[in-house]
Amino acid sequence: MIDHLTVKAVRAGLQKKQFSALELTHAYLKRIHEHNPRLNAYISVNDEEALQQAQAADERIAKGDDTPVLGLPMAIKDVLSTKGLRTTAGSRMLENYVPTWDATCVANLRSAGAIFLGKTNTDEFAMGSSTENSAYGVTHNPHDESRVPGGSSGGSAVAVAANLCVVALGTDTGGSVRQPAAYCGITGLKNTYGRVSRYGLIAYGSSLDSVGVLAKNAEDAAIINSVIAGHDPKDSTSIHSPVPNYVDEINSLKSKIQNLRIGVPKEYFIGGLQPDVENAVREGVRAFERMGAVVKEISLPTTHLGLPVYYLIATAEASSNLSRFDGVKYGLRVNGDDLIDMYGKTRQAGFGDEVKRRIMLGTYALSAGYYDAYYIRAQKVRTLIKQDFERAYQEVDIIMTPVAPTTAFKIGEKVEDPLQMYLTDVFSVTLNLAGNCGISVPCGFDQQKLPIGMQLMGPALGETQLLSAAHTYQFSTFN
Amino acid sequence: MDYDIIIGIETHVELDTHSKMFCTCSANGFGAEPNVHVCPTCAGMPGALPVINKRAVEFSMMLGVALNCSINQHTFWERKSYWYPDLPKGYQITQYQYPMCYDGYLEFDVRDLSGGWNEQSYRKRVRIRRAHLEEDTGKLTHAGRSSYVDYNRSGVPLLEIVTEPDIFNAHEAYAYLSALQDIVRYLGISTGDMEKGAMRCEPNMSLRPKGTDAFGTKVEIKNLNSLSAVRGAIAYEAKRQSAALDKGEKIRQVTLGWDDVRGVTVVQREKEDAHDYRYFPEPDLPPLDVSDAWLDEVRAQVPELPIAKQARYQSEFGLSAYDAVQLTNNKAVAEWFEKGISAGKDEGPVHPSSFILHPFAKRLANFIIGDLTRLMNASGTAINQIKIKPAQLLGLAKLVEAQTINSNTAKLVIEEMFNTGAEAQAIVQAKGLAQVSDSSVLEKTIGDVLAANPKEVENYLKGNEKLLQFLVGQTMKASKGKANPQMIQSLMKAALERRRL
Repeated sequence: MIDHLTVKAVRAGLQKKQFSALELTHAYLKRIHEHNPRLNAYISVNDEEALQQAQAADERIAKGDDTPVLGLPMAIKDVLSTKGLRTTAGSRMLENYVPTWDATCVANLRSAGAIFLGKTNTDEFAMGSSTENSAYGVTHNPHDESRVPGGSSGGSAVAVAANLCVVALGTDTGGSVRQPAAYCGITGLKNTYGRVSRYGLIAYGSSLDSVGVLAKNAEDAAIINSVIAGHDPKDSTSIHSPVPNYVDEINSLKSKIQNLRIGVPKEYFIGGLQPDVENAVREGVRAFERMGAVVKEISLPTTHLGLPVYYLIATAEASSNLSRFDGVKYGLRVNGDDLIDMYGKTRQAGFGDEVKRRIMLGTYALSAGYYDAYYIRAQKVRTLIKQDFERAYQEVDIIMTPVAPTTAFKIGEKVEDPLQMYLTDVFSVTLNLAGNCGISVPCGFDQQKLPIGMQLMGPALGETQLLSAAHTYQFSTFN
Repeated sequence: MDYDIIIGIETHVELDTHSKMFCTCSANGFGAEPNVHVCPTCAGMPGALPVINKRAVEFSMMLGVALNCSINQHTFWERKSYWYPDLPKGYQITQYQYPMCYDGYLEFDVRDLSGGWNEQSYRKRVRIRRAHLEEDTGKLTHAGRSSYVDYNRSGVPLLEIVTEPDIFNAHEAYAYLSALQDIVRYLGISTGDMEKGAMRCEPNMSLRPKGTDAFGTKVEIKNLNSLSAVRGAIAYEAKRQSAALDKGEKIRQVTLGWDDVRGVTVVQREKEDAHDYRYFPEPDLPPLDVSDAWLDEVRAQVPELPIAKQARYQSEFGLSAYDAVQLTNNKAVAEWFEKGISAGKDEGPVHPSSFILHPFAKRLANFIIGDLTRLMNASGTAINQIKIKPAQLLGLAKLVEAQTINSNTAKLVIEEMFNTGAEAQAIVQAKGLAQVSDSSVLEKTIGDVLAANPKEVENYLKGNEKLLQFLVGQTMKASKGKANPQMIQSLMKAALERRRL
């Protein structure tokens, strides 16, 4: 019943009484319990509450109520706070942390009647590109279980790709929605910074973090985005701009691929790019061209600076954001001889290696004597990167690139070499630094039958156009 | 040897806003059960975010205007990182590079201990280096081996005001803080209560031989819970350090605490290595932009301040410096006084020939500073809670000025007014308290007194002139205090002198 169900199909099925939300939820939970022990997409499964939510949704439907997500079984990345439901951020530190409140995006979905099947696995505090940094074990890519699903929203990507939910929320700080979507062969929308409230998102890099959607297709992402996007008085960095009706817009904008100006930046097709990936992405670009788009090679000369700038700014902010995990108020505490000893022991035991590494990098970048050379300079380069994009968007509407240089790699392959791991983010971090939006769309498979993702990038608040382009592409190519 | 004492003061003022600096929790949790005024934001829960309290920004700008500061119309928030259990996020959101207010000054009078003005009094100007807005920390309580933390105070808006090293002795420090306290209360931006921690000050001071330029070693004093503690601690330190320097000892760079009971300073902390607070811009908050229009609005909210009021009371009402200070210490008292004044503003001078700028100002001031303050203190009532209305007290002043009652009677009447809220005139009538100025009536009373005290009369006539006051007193008593005292004085003297003949 539930194979390949989309958000749209669920709503139609519930309306037509082909199934009830309760039946649907039972079916998903059954599937989760069958496959999750192997795939490890979920850290926590929300059996009891999900069934209650399903029942409540059925009651609302019976009363004639209707929302785009009423009765929709979905998954939430475990860095988003869920009231009454353990939220670990993939860390030992928060093993027993149960928030008393919902993140704003979660609250919006909850009140619209969505059903939360559980919390999905993530690299600890969203720091990673493979979901191998989770304290709750690695998540396996359903296309090849010996491979990583990408990260940090690997759990959400696998839950969607393996039909362990209809759709899932993820977060994207340097590619954490787009890259796992690419590795798992699904669609991943990274919103413009501030388009979706960050309230309740356990911060990694506050000036880069954004909430996104992992979905079976662009239309599903559009539906979810219409529920979660919008200004939030609790997040001062959220944008005061009305939320378009993404779903109506993408259906009415279909013909607008005609004359859509697509830029292909040469800096994203460089040595180290897997040939299959390059071919698939270039083929994707040609597909758009065939639909009437105008393709043009462009240059984003600061691209190579994205990675170092990202790893300075994100870690600097992370080192500060993670200071609150000190064993005093909540989460893990390991007692010590005195206060300092307690701090040390708690953080030693609570954080994994990658988190410790990033805290150290960030602390160093913010230290007196190094601040100007690292943090301030990184901010200046960030401005240049932003300006590169602004210039580009004067001559093109969207930019198309690979999401990552390769397809999914083997579990354990890069664990010992953090720099190799960081390099997988090379095409995705620039977007976060610029604060713009992007979408990862499947565009084929490599020789090992591993999915390849194509990245469509747009200017700030360009979600409608991206979703529309992705939707049209998916509609016409069945990708 | 003689030493110059160089003092700078950092003062933290808790702003009296309804809600905290970055969340909607009540900012008035003093004395409440621990951890009841907390939310995800001020408890530093994962995923919680700050939102700027606009009123706190306005309050800080108001103080900036009052302290003649420049206002940074474009500023941003920064994180100051350090570890302590009372700091839930592991960083404090503050303003580092661009404080809300900078480069101002506070002018105030350095008076004698009672607030009076004498030949040693002078006007003083202390430069204000900066005043920046930040959030307060929680509070720790230690009991045995355990420590407890209360986040009720965490996130309360806090304004840190830093002076230049322009203060040169304990009296000046006292006067500066007292003036600052008056101002925050006038502005209504803080209770300024040092005992409750709403105003906390940390003086730093150093001594150097008179006539030299190099600054001496600086010590910082904390834990000062009252203005007199500040004065006591600085005076103590000045004495201790000059004695030490005289003996050729070196002053250690330390943080001192003040032991109020023993009246001594105690070393709390030796000099630490310079802390690296790793300041960086707060990514959770947008920069703060203050438009000209907003700043103008805030300027308009700044009322006349004590020192300006004092000058005006002296020039406009002819009050003494002492009276002006007494009336302006408390804004509510000053406002009450001014209401009384304006109730009588249409009255002409009672004594057209005399130099009185306002007919009843002096009397009104005296009533307020004297009897009314005494009655309020005795009953523990604040001026905005008392039954007497300003216009009613003006009525009493008029009765005295018109000699309808004398000032002794006025004391009775004001007490009655204080207790009942009745009009002065009504009390005088009901109790028959009007002054007797009819000379024939007074002559008769004097006659009776003289007849009843033949011995005193005789002694007076023999030259013991002090007895005049006794006989006047007896006559006042016989008239039940209603006799016109000036008339009794002259009539009595005349009656006695007549007996010499």
